[in-house]
Amino acid sequence: MIIELLQEELFQLALIAALLVGLCAPAVGTFIVQRRLSLLGDGIGHVALTGVALGFLTGTAPVLTAVIVSVLGAVAIELVRARGRTSGDVALALLFYGGIAGGVMLMGIAPGGSTTKLNSYLFGAIASVTPEDIWIIAALAAAVIAVVVIFGRELFVLCQDEEMARASGLPVRFLSLLIAVTAALTVVIAMRVVGLLLVSALMVIPVATSQQLTRGFRTTMVLAMLFGVLASVGGLLASTYSAKVPPGAAIVLLALAGFVLALVVGRFVRRGRTQESPLSERHKLRVKEVA
Amino acid sequence: MSETAFAMTGGRVSFEGKPVLRGIDLTVRPGEVVALLGANGSGKSTLVRALLGLTPLSGGTTLVYGSPPARFRDWWRIGYVPQRLHVGGGVPASVREVVASGRIARQSRFRRTSAADRAAVASALEAVRLADREGDPVQSLSGGQQQRVLIARALAGEPDTYVMDEPTAGVDAETQNLLAETLSALVLDGKTVVLVAHELGPLESIITRGVVIREGRIVHDGRPPRPEGDCARPGHQHQHPHAAVEPGAGPLTGWQGDPR
Repeated sequence: MIIELLQEELFQLALIAALLVGLCAPAVGTFIVQRRLSLLGDGIGHVALTGVALGFLTGTAPVLTAVIVSVLGAVAIELVRARGRTSGDVALALLFYGGIAGGVMLMGIAPGGSTTKLNSYLFGAIASVTPEDIWIIAALAAAVIAVVVIFGRELFVLCQDEEMARASGLPVRFLSLLIAVTAALTVVIAMRVVGLLLVSALMVIPVATSQQLTRGFRTTMVLAMLFGVLASVGGLLASTYSAKVPPGAAIVLLALAGFVLALVVGRFVRRGRTQESPLSERHKLRVKEVA
Repeated sequence: MSETAFAMTGGRVSFEGKPVLRGIDLTVRPGEVVALLGANGSGKSTLVRALLGLTPLSGGTTLVYGSPPARFRDWWRIGYVPQRLHVGGGVPASVREVVASGRIARQSRFRRTSAADRAAVASALEAVRLADREGDPVQSLSGGQQQRVLIARALAGEPDTYVMDEPTAGVDAETQNLLAETLSALVLDGKTVVLVAHELGPLESIITRGVVIREGRIVHDGRPPRPEGDCARPGHQHQHPHAAVEPGAGPLTGWQGDPR
């Protein structure tokens, strides 16, 4: 069955897309989660919708316009974030609503466009991925992986402790923009597979799953990428077996199931690891009393 | 290149219009071991942050090895030990990973981890006696152990100057002694140290200069004030010997000579 499937071009394209998304989203997601920006992907996803609609309106590839608009959106989000605290929160919310509303509006105006076309971007339509899409997705994925490989060490310090990054002379502003832009590229990669509304799930859930089981940053990232691939390919297969199963939802639900499983397994792993912890806990208390 | 680690003249910092530093003149020369002392809220932590350029000055100037912080490039010369370990948003990071990140200012973007990097990280872990915990997530460590991770991270970078924000606050006696030991070795090595402290404890013997901050001003700069006689009793409200220099300064609450 799988051998037959592999010979179908449509399935091949879908499989490549699923693999790339499964690898990229959790890799970037590890930094995003560490930076306490778990909802960044959602925000960019909202903004990207305007980009997609812009593509339909202007007759260019929606994936390309989505890249441009979501990168601009990510830069705007980062600038607002870096600037301040409370007012920034509202500014971000405004940007997100504007993104969705702008997308729906532009789509309505577009010649021959209807909001139903947006559905395949909101919820994913991996079966309709074209070879052209794959080329763009592959190029974006290469860029994302290159960023993680080249800047990983610096991004780790930045996401861990921004102040430390500054006191180490790292280009904090550049790195912050870099991680936001990389997240934007990831959103566009994942858009066709899981849909804009679920993009963030693939950036966050595999990381949350992985960190139940790991003790270091690097292993968390590698394991999260493995979980990401398992979920995205698994969801794709599920939807191939039954036409009723929407792939985007299947991928995310699979990832969630993995998380619940890891939660249980992780509890046992940690219990076995820190047998002596109640004692050291008591010791700590005593030290505090003395001090 | 200037060898003076830090040089601040007329440094002022205010937060939301409220002055925190009111004109600080402070020069730290190589080989000095300077303790910034003062009560909570006196501005001593703000001062170290301003020295590093982490908090912008609203007046005056500050230089790090002869350059304003924004234009300073040789950050590997500075080893910063913040007050607390920040562990980000819940992704685990191992002790080794955090300590190794202290090498970042020495590593160029495209160079992979070298043997020298590994050796420096290993000896830093050894120095704070955490080599056996290198694979553990820092989140699982006690407060004192996390403080040691921070110190090891600075050690791993092999800087010329260490800047430590309250390295002794809230840590166990063992970590305090370890810190004193580590610092003595650094001082013998000719390193420069600026540390913020609420109380000196076991560090007292290695401090060469005490700078007492009070309400954003330096009120004492010289030999570290040592508690004597009655003042040496634990819990004694330390009466500052230089109170006469600034009339009406009153007792220096907060810096209490508490010999351990």
